[in-house]
Amino acid sequence: MTPTATAARRTLFTPPLPEPRFPYNPGSMLSVLDLSVQGVSRLLARAAELERMDPLVRDRILLKRRLALLFYESSTRTRTSFELAAKALGADTTLVSNLSSSIEKGESLKDTGLTLRALGAEAIILRHNSSGAAWLLEASTRLPVINAGDGMHEHPTQALLDLRTLLAHLRPGVEGVDEKTLSGVTVAIVGDILHSRVARSNMLLLPRLGARVLLCGPVQLLPDLAAHAAAGVAIERNFDAALGQSQAVMMLRIQAERLSGLQLDLDEYKASYQLTGQRLAAHAPAALVMHPGPIIRGMEITAGVADGVQSAILEQVTNGVAIRMAVIERALKHENGGRP
Amino acid sequence: MTALAIRGGHLLDPAAGVDGLKDLLLKDGRVAEIASPGKLKNAEGVETLDAAGLIVAPGLIDIHVHLREPGQGYKETIATGTAAAAAGGFTAVAAMPNTTPVNDSPDITRWMQSPERGAHVRVFPIAAATRGSKGEAISDYAALKAAGAVAVTDDGRPILKDSAMREALAAAARVGLTVIQHAEDTRMTQGASMNLGPVSFKLGLRGMPAEAESALVERDIRLVAEQRDAHAHLHVAHTSTAAALNAVRQARRNGLRVTCEVAPHHFLLTEEHVGLYDTHAKMNPPLRSAADRDAMIEGILDGIVDAIATDHAPHATHEKEIEFELAPNGITGLETALGLCLRWLHGEWKMSLGRVLSLLSAQPAALLGLKGRGTLAVGSFADVVVFDPKVEWTFRATESKSKAKNTPFDGWTMQGKVCWTISEGRVAYAPPA
Repeated sequence: MTPTATAARRTLFTPPLPEPRFPYNPGSMLSVLDLSVQGVSRLLARAAELERMDPLVRDRILLKRRLALLFYESSTRTRTSFELAAKALGADTTLVSNLSSSIEKGESLKDTGLTLRALGAEAIILRHNSSGAAWLLEASTRLPVINAGDGMHEHPTQALLDLRTLLAHLRPGVEGVDEKTLSGVTVAIVGDILHSRVARSNMLLLPRLGARVLLCGPVQLLPDLAAHAAAGVAIERNFDAALGQSQAVMMLRIQAERLSGLQLDLDEYKASYQLTGQRLAAHAPAALVMHPGPIIRGMEITAGVADGVQSAILEQVTNGVAIRMAVIERALKHENGGRP
Repeated sequence: MTALAIRGGHLLDPAAGVDGLKDLLLKDGRVAEIASPGKLKNAEGVETLDAAGLIVAPGLIDIHVHLREPGQGYKETIATGTAAAAAGGFTAVAAMPNTTPVNDSPDITRWMQSPERGAHVRVFPIAAATRGSKGEAISDYAALKAAGAVAVTDDGRPILKDSAMREALAAAARVGLTVIQHAEDTRMTQGASMNLGPVSFKLGLRGMPAEAESALVERDIRLVAEQRDAHAHLHVAHTSTAAALNAVRQARRNGLRVTCEVAPHHFLLTEEHVGLYDTHAKMNPPLRSAADRDAMIEGILDGIVDAIATDHAPHATHEKEIEFELAPNGITGLETALGLCLRWLHGEWKMSLGRVLSLLSAQPAALLGLKGRGTLAVGSFADVVVFDPKVEWTFRATESKSKAKNTPFDGWTMQGKVCWTISEGRVAYAPPA
């Protein structure tokens, strides 16, 4: 029972929330919250190990295991890196996309998932344009489901590869993490926070390791209530002020496909929130510049900054493969007491 | 028609001011006699229900249900929906017009009430306020009323145009009908699938602001005030926000005829119950903040809320097993309303049993002018619910009489078990032997 104060004159007991049921499958990674801090640490260590491993040894780890990649949205980085990661471990992958499958004929997500399971898929990696789709798929199939981005909600493997990138620069040599690893570190996430699953996963993950997350953007793309999303998250609308406090800055693309009628003056936006060489030099000359991609040069970031010495954008992409190897291994090895 | 006696029960009829042990004789669909235990004069040899230890009350009345016929019989039919109503203790339901086609005609209004529909309890159609519920030209209220419609609404498709709403209120007042508004300024809720707040942000779902409800309620109240002399009656359906309730409270202070209902899910659940995209927590209006939920409870306890109505909205299982944003709005409610009201309003929040029952029968009957219902005074319709107030039981969606199983209350503990539901003198529900 949850006590609820009402109008200060009586306290009422109201119905409790139901027990959380997710994840059904311990191998699933639906949210960054599915991992404990210790789990994050083990995953990072394993990613490093797998990356260093002899490829001919590594490709026996998941030899001939079957993974389905189910993609309802276009993707370059995420899809390719999941595919390369799975293949590096010896697994077979199959790609099902909404544009070349029975999804076009109206087959539901549940039926698509059950069909993949019947075909022998042992885990499904899902990219979907609807928030929460990964939860629906997991409940329907009970397979390990890896959320490769659900609508505006989460993209847990992106947050993990971002973390790996951050650590490589801010905590070189550190492979394991705990609640204090990022103490004293401020990370600014800038731009279209409202529509960003990358922002949500990062703001749920980084503060648990001690970091402070500053959200920065105009009110249309960053509502005030975002500050309540997690402990350790705050809003700083002035980009220069945010930069001045940050050791790393994550720039986000404006998701034109999700604006749905929102009016935004792009010239004004660029004036206030574009990361330019001048702005970077003036306020954060040593900060790490990150971007989950795809980048729109000349919009949220200038070409000079994207290609500049502070940019870790391509390093993030590279880190994606190592992280996703560890996540895929966790998905398929969990039931065998596998690691991490 | 045969007669039926109910003996030994505790008659609780708030409208008639009766609260004590009484025997009842039902005859020809009406209440024929009420007497002290064992003192019925005209009940010799009449079939008897033994109600010792049970509450005997006016049958419950739900003024907001979706029975899905005509046109969407795969979700629910008038027969299955009213079977669920009877199982929940309801003897009358008012059916919303968002059917296929929309009920904007006397023909459909009559069709819904025809004996061929196989209704287990009385169905009162609520007709569309505008043709096709398009929010433009108003429908023919006099003809609809003559065909049996008890109110008009474009439920689910709120009337946004001031001119259309103004005309609806005036025309309805002329023929003595109520205008029921689903208060949602849909210009503020495009693409939204839950309440706007920290939870919707966290879940990455577009949110409906509370103002979308309160702004339209405030607009509607202004229109009622404009034509004060016409005595237009505005009824706010499924009120879910503190701001909307405050607007109703203020309108009543100003002497306007504005009433409102609250659904059990809006006084029990909050946006947090959406959990991880539970489509059984998706409805419109959405589950709101804890503060709004608390305001609904306060409004019920204070007496500003005129009725509990379920917004029973059945959907086929496959329709709810999809992405949250794509799933249809609504949950079933007929079989859980009494058990939840008794458990929470009466049991937990100490509202008297009489007041709880009044919100579920006498008040909704008065609100829609359903004569001879909501009371068991001699001469009234023999619409009775007999229940055991002490029994705790667990609701199982799979055992529901409704075609649909879309409820967030599956597995919840209910208080008070319906023993018999009697609709116009006939036993419409009796528990399985």
